[in-house]
Amino acid sequence: MSTLPAQTTAPSQSFLHMALGNRSFVVGAFITLVIAGMALLSFIWTPYPVTELSVLNKMKGLSAEHLFGTDHFGRDIFSMIMVGARASIAVAILAVGIGIIIGVPLGCYAAASGGWVDETLMRVNDLVFAFPALLSAIMITAIFGPGATNAIIAIGIFNIPVFARVARAGALSIWPREFILAARASGKNKVLITIEHILPNIVSLLLVQGTIQFALGILAEAGLSYLGLGTQPPMPSWGRMLFDAQTRMMSAPHLAIFPGLAIVITVLGLNLLGDGARDILDPRLRRVR
Amino acid sequence: MTGYILNRILIGFATLLLASIVVFGVMEVLPGDPAQIMLGMSGSPEALASLRTQMGLDEPLLWRYLHWAGGLLMGDFGRSYTYSSPVADLIRERLIVSLPLALMSLVLSTIIALPVGIFAAARRGRLPDTLSMGTAQLGIAIPNFWFALLLIYLFAVWLQWLPAGGFPGWSGGIWNGIKSLILPAIALALPQAAILARVTRSALLDVLGEDYIRTARAKGLPRGRVLRRHALRNAMIPVLTILGLQFAFLLAGTIIIENVFYLPGLGRLIFQAITQRDLIVVEGVVMLLVASVIVVNILVDLAYAVVDPRLRESA
Repeated sequence: MSTLPAQTTAPSQSFLHMALGNRSFVVGAFITLVIAGMALLSFIWTPYPVTELSVLNKMKGLSAEHLFGTDHFGRDIFSMIMVGARASIAVAILAVGIGIIIGVPLGCYAAASGGWVDETLMRVNDLVFAFPALLSAIMITAIFGPGATNAIIAIGIFNIPVFARVARAGALSIWPREFILAARASGKNKVLITIEHILPNIVSLLLVQGTIQFALGILAEAGLSYLGLGTQPPMPSWGRMLFDAQTRMMSAPHLAIFPGLAIVITVLGLNLLGDGARDILDPRLRRVR
Repeated sequence: MTGYILNRILIGFATLLLASIVVFGVMEVLPGDPAQIMLGMSGSPEALASLRTQMGLDEPLLWRYLHWAGGLLMGDFGRSYTYSSPVADLIRERLIVSLPLALMSLVLSTIIALPVGIFAAARRGRLPDTLSMGTAQLGIAIPNFWFALLLIYLFAVWLQWLPAGGFPGWSGGIWNGIKSLILPAIALALPQAAILARVTRSALLDVLGEDYIRTARAKGLPRGRVLRRHALRNAMIPVLTILGLQFAFLLAGTIIIENVFYLPGLGRLIFQAITQRDLIVVEGVVMLLVASVIVVNILVDLAYAVVDPRLRESA
């Protein structure tokens, strides 16, 4: 992770130009848009309703009517994957939101205060890091009851120290700069300086970290749902579909293929987007890679 | 140097102490009375009251914390409510599955990732680099439990080379035990190897851009020798950091993977203990996992000093 400040003024035109020239970014953005579009579309249209059970059609293979086949209740897998995207994206976005809303102010506060405040906040951060995140998420959801809301909280809590650390590192590298000195000399207080000058300069760092945590959130949600602790049936989720597929893998391997591919493609897209964005926003890294 | 080590150990110990307070506190505020769970639905109020006294649940909070934390230090993790056997015994039974599994996947991911990362860095920008890093990108995106399902389908259902799940124990021969850990170890190792290969490559590229590498080349040292003697050693620090971090992920990852393969390891123990509200087991296993993460981090810090003489002197 680089602690270098991003460019203070990046002309938007050149950003767009660089973005379109970065293959990772373009491919990642395309995949992300397609998945997000699929999730949005599922609110108004899916090939088949996912709540409709049809025993006659159960465990069908791939066909023109059912692109990815049907499951043990005769539900259309393609429709379920479309609706499942909603749960994955919603949980991951909200979990990233929790991390940013709590973590970024904490990190900025630590950087602005320095001294024992900084030290204490960072030690608490280390403590949270000492708990394996997935283990704690499993504990939180198992104890407070399974479900999407608790999954969001569980994943979100572990995004807080990540964003706090990135925000602090970014802010620390901006504070010694001349324009901050100028702002202080003109009588602005630390809160105002943080909002007006620090935050705009670390936004790019946070965006990159955001896409990474977003991808990790999708994986975590899938894992929790697989264990039965995330999104609850009858609402389809990719992790749950994989759990259902496991016991039927002898007769219907296709059940396990498509939900897994959906996860892989989504996470891949987000990671490519994040990698691309980092290359574009951080000139030093561009030189090396 | 000794000061540095002592400092690290002290911080580790303080973190562990804080963690024990957090774990105990969280378990304390949770709904559900352990005595009630142990008795089930049938217990009379008198039986419940006497069991509570027997389990020490009536003692003051601080006293119970000290009793529990002191026990942990002496290796006494308490008694499980549902298994009615000492938690330390349960952990020992499960560790003989989980520890070999974690070690196997750590070794596997390292012997895959380091050569791939080094190779990719040495051939930067060319086809082997693009291919291996593309594969690594994919490896990071694959959820390990889905990869596990694919492995089961390929090697257990279709080829029937390896068991699809379960663990026969070590008494029926070591090979039988190892055989049932191969697929889980591969499933755990894949994402780790992918991350490690990327880190190795970029760490090596960072180092290869340094002036002293150019100097070494300029004085006529062959490429391979520069890579081995000058570059690799300096690239090891980020690689070690990630290895240490991955250990924590590995421990947590076993929870899902052990569930996929029905392995009677620590991950399954804690998962079942959580769902059955067997809090003392949960507390014990969590503390063990946190302690091992802290110990590994200290070992990684020490390894820095071994790898990098500069750190040894400044510390």
